[in-house]
Formats: sequence, C-alpha cells, structure tokens
Amino acid sequence: MTPKWAPDDSGAATLGEGRPTLRVAVWRGGADGRFQRFDVPRRASQTVLDVVTHIQRHLDPTLAYRFACRVGMCGSCAMTVNGRPRWTCRTHVDKVARDGTLELAPLANMPVVRDLVADMREFFDKWARAKGQFAPTRTRADGFAAVDPRTSARREADAAIECIGCGVCYAACDIVSWNPAYLGPAALNRAWTLQSDVRDGAHGERQRAVAGDAGCHACHTLMSCTELCPKALSPTRSIAGLKRLSLRAMLGGGGEAS
Amino acid sequence: MSAARTEAALWVAQRVTAVLLAGFVLVHLATMIYAVRVGLSAQALLARTHSNAAWPAFYAFFVLAAAIHGAIGLRTVAAEWLGSRGRGADAAAVAVGVALAALGLRAVWAVTA
Repeated sequence: MTPKWAPDDSGAATLGEGRPTLRVAVWRGGADGRFQRFDVPRRASQTVLDVVTHIQRHLDPTLAYRFACRVGMCGSCAMTVNGRPRWTCRTHVDKVARDGTLELAPLANMPVVRDLVADMREFFDKWARAKGQFAPTRTRADGFAAVDPRTSARREADAAIECIGCGVCYAACDIVSWNPAYLGPAALNRAWTLQSDVRDGAHGERQRAVAGDAGCHACHTLMSCTELCPKALSPTRSIAGLKRLSLRAMLGGGGEAS
Repeated sequence: MSAARTEAALWVAQRVTAVLLAGFVLVHLATMIYAVRVGLSAQALLARTHSNAAWPAFYAFFVLAAAIHGAIGLRTVAAEWLGSRGRGADAAAVAVGVALAALGLRAVWAVTA
C-alpha cells in the first residue's frame, strides 16, 4: 500500500481514507545504520511498543527489538524515543509524538547489536563491578533476620529498591558518555540499596568499589537519571548517599548507612 | 592511598574549598566596591595592606583555596572532556595548582612586604 500524505487538524498525517497515521523513523542496522521510515495506523491508548510491534508484525518482520512483559516490570523494552530514553511499553504515543512523528533508536551509551537492540552487557557488568550482589551474613540454619521497616537505613533502601534494570538512566547519563568506565546510576543505586541493608556483609568492600575514579564521586548531579527513571526512583539521591558514606569511611567511621 | 580514598579526599577538598571560596569572593567583592566608592588611591590601599596582617592572611587562604579548587576542577574537565586520565593528567593538575598558588602568593607578598 502506498501511503498518501495529508496533514489533519491534529498535525498527524492521514493514510488513505482519513485514518490517522503516525510517521515513524526507526533505526536499522548497527552503529553505522540509518533511519528507515514506516507509516503506522494511529490507535487510541497506543504505546510506543505497540507501534514497534505493529511494524515488526505487519510491515517488516526483520525488525529486531526487545520486549517481554509489556506491563513495566521486566525492563527489557527501553529505547530512545524522540531523543530521550524511555520504557516503550508504558509510554503512550500521545505523550511523546511530535506533529505525528516518532523517532525510535536503540539506547544511547551502549553498543548497538542491531536495529533497536542495544548490547547491555557492559551495563550489567558494571552492576557486578559495583558489588551489586547481596553478601549474606547468615546461613540457612539461622532464623529470619528481623529488619524494622521504620529504620532510616531500611527506608533509604526501600526508596531505591524498585529498579527494573531497564537502562534508561544509564542511557540518559552524560557522565557515562564522558567517562565510559563510570559505573552509572543504576549500578550505584543498586550498591546504595545494599549499603543500606543491615543483613549485607560486604559494606567495606563495596564502598571501595563504588568510590574510585569511575564511582560515585564522578557524578555531577545533573539528575537526568532521576528525571527519566520510569519507576520514579532517584539514583541521584542514592549516589549522594554513597558520597556521604565514603566521607564517613574516610573520616574513619566505616562504610555503613544509618 | 587507594583510588577510592583519593577520589573521596579530592571530592571533600573540592566541596570544602567551594564553600570557603563563596565567602572569600563575597568579602573580596565588598572590599572592591568599598575601595572604588570611597575612592581609595593605590598608596592608601597599600598602606592598609601593609599595616594589617589580616588582609595578607585572608588573601593567602583565598589563593590557596582557589588553587586547590581550580586544580581539582581542571583534572575532572581533562578526564571528561579530553579523555586525559592517569598519572600524567594528575601531575599536570598538581602543576597547575602549584603554579596558581605560587603566582597568587607572590601577588599577596607584593602588597604585604
């Protein structure tokens, strides 16, 4: 079908018999790829992921993209939408389309695998480098740890714990683009939840891992991560917490959150 | 000193000198405005800086805070914008800090002695 273009009142172009259409530029290929134009029927309550799925199912089955849950839990569908990283399954076209157009690209600050798929290995390797694993202090023979949810340490951990690992903050971070070794907002946020966890037994080791040249002190508090986090978390706040802990560690007070 | 301790120490030094500089700059600006409005001559200014040790002390601390703050800041700018890291960049930052401190202290000495 050859689309006939005519703008309607909403600024969106129309396809054929007046059905609203979205003009979508989609990144194709690897790092040296280019944008390819698709025309997608506009629908009520349409998400950006719906648009990508329509293209893959009806217009070009070779389009590569990633998704799983479609309900904002798994963190696999993040892409660059009109220049900003977003989770596409919970991003409505209404909110982000400009004059009936969308530009979709893979996440920034990560190598492109193909089309809309970014290579997230380095992103997750940095979680490991930030000692993002829980280090238990008890065995299965011990009873449950009693953690009072009202303590300030637990409240700090709870405020940062809902990260889904989508990579939006990492793609939004200018420091990552300036210093490729920088651990990034998500890994540091994860480290902060563990430094605030009274059950964890690797606070000293983790504090050393997150306070180096590529760690929390590299953060300039630009807050792009906090602005764009789809879960409304504040990695900036978590990183500030890690800075406080490293100050305390330097003054000889250990690396524990309180 | 581990990398973590070094970065933490530099971060603290940067914040502490920033706070100090905020106060120093305000006093400096107020002094400049006062001197111009009252119409103090160069001789009158020098007479005051010669007679009161507080002024050279104030400006000596001002110079040292600026030298530390500037050197740490330039080290970060070099790392992030020029991709220049490691011992060479650190040595260059130290050299800039020492040069700033030397030039500034020389100027302070010139209006003191």
